[in-house]
Amino acid sequence: MMNNYDGPAVVISGLQVVRGHRDVIPGLHLEVPAGEVVGLLGPSGSGKSTLMRCIVGVQVVKAGTVTVLGHPAGSAALRREVGYVTQTPSVYDDLTVRENIAYFARAVGLRGTGLRDAVDRTLVEVDLVDFAGQLVRDLSGGQESRVSLAAALVGRPTLLVLDEPTVGLDPVLRRDLWELFARLAEQGHSLVVSSHVMDEATRCDRLVLLREGEVLADLTPDELLVRTGAVDADAAFLALIDAEAASHRSAS
Amino acid sequence: MNPGLTFATAGRVLRQVRTDHRTIALIIVVPCVLLGLLAWIYTGTPVFDRIGPALLGVFPMVVMFIVTSVATLRERQSGTLERLLTTPMGKGDFMIGYAVGFGLLAVVQAVVATGFAVWVCDLDVAGPLWLLVVVAVADAVLGTALGLLASGFARTEFQAVQFMPAFILPQFLLCGLLIPRELLPPLLEWISNLLPLSYAVDAMKEITRNTDPFSAVAGDLGIVLGFIVGALALASLTLSRRSA
Repeated sequence: MMNNYDGPAVVISGLQVVRGHRDVIPGLHLEVPAGEVVGLLGPSGSGKSTLMRCIVGVQVVKAGTVTVLGHPAGSAALRREVGYVTQTPSVYDDLTVRENIAYFARAVGLRGTGLRDAVDRTLVEVDLVDFAGQLVRDLSGGQESRVSLAAALVGRPTLLVLDEPTVGLDPVLRRDLWELFARLAEQGHSLVVSSHVMDEATRCDRLVLLREGEVLADLTPDELLVRTGAVDADAAFLALIDAEAASHRSAS
Repeated sequence: MNPGLTFATAGRVLRQVRTDHRTIALIIVVPCVLLGLLAWIYTGTPVFDRIGPALLGVFPMVVMFIVTSVATLRERQSGTLERLLTTPMGKGDFMIGYAVGFGLLAVVQAVVATGFAVWVCDLDVAGPLWLLVVVAVADAVLGTALGLLASGFARTEFQAVQFMPAFILPQFLLCGLLIPRELLPPLLEWISNLLPLSYAVDAMKEITRNTDPFSAVAGDLGIVLGFIVGALALASLTLSRRSA
């Protein structure tokens, strides 16, 4: 389901989020372009998941605005347009793989043959065709997280927000999923994908590096390597953090 | 509210229960065992004819209350509820879906329990048997609605299970099962008038005593439906799309 809006996928301005008396996001500005795979990278606790929850509109926000596809985040107009996959799989473990995917497909309005085709296509995409009739509680952790991903893919939302979708997956499957993400972007979908595995950064069209709730860098993978002179994303990230720490020291 | 989404949820809830054979057995068999036990205890006395119908009203509510409050808590903790609320699925679709799904399960439970009480335990019923089933299903939906509400206040499974004695036992003690409601001390009778289970049990008693109980039962059922709507409305306030 693609809408005709042609501005950026997400525009965030002055975003502030407090969780448990702590400023998780102290004041963030960010623009996510449409039709690209945007990687959200950063160490654990850097605010990746919170930022994604804000984009989906399930996070209580203290200040600032989050505009998604031209609408305020979480508004009714976006419920068919935004797909969200949480870090821990959120599917029903006492339903089969197919039943789970079909239920979330019905939730976004698919019916009849359209529903069946979408479920079949999604089973192929997440490589679970042979497990379609299995109860989710009998699957491995990696398989379960793919069911959770499938539940979001099935409705073909304009914007996909995926929180660490490749954790615990083997290299072949990870490659296949990143290729799927790239294909979806080519078709005009926008994706925001978080990861703390830096080598996945090269798979993205654009990178947003987060640290303590602030945007450390917002650039392409090539720009990251050129700017830092590092050989890989891991080293580049460390170089950025060191550079920032140094600038803090010289400023104070 | 969207009927397609409501029925999708009802179907999903029933499919989940389907894979849990032990729960199905407990829902169907336990009321029969307890009814049979009571009929046996009171062999040769008229007591069973007095409390049997009341129990037919109590079981569906208690069982569905527990099942729903635990199921909904699981939805909150697993993240499926949050995820559903980011889709076009509305709170109403979610809650009515649960009520419809467990309501259908209650039809099976009520038919079996009523049949067992009447044909095995020799419960005397003056009114139509199908009306007993109708009231039992209304009680089950009441239990589901109260369970949805209670789960909003439970943070852990332990709390969810403890809500059973907290929400249900007082109603159980005051519903006219132990002694007729009009014989309660005035304050307790007044409290009993405020509790939904009292009306469910009144309706069951009317059906067993009167050959033409329709007008009395309609009044009691109306009150039970009012409580269902009220509980669902309050429960919807506990389902928020955003959390901290």
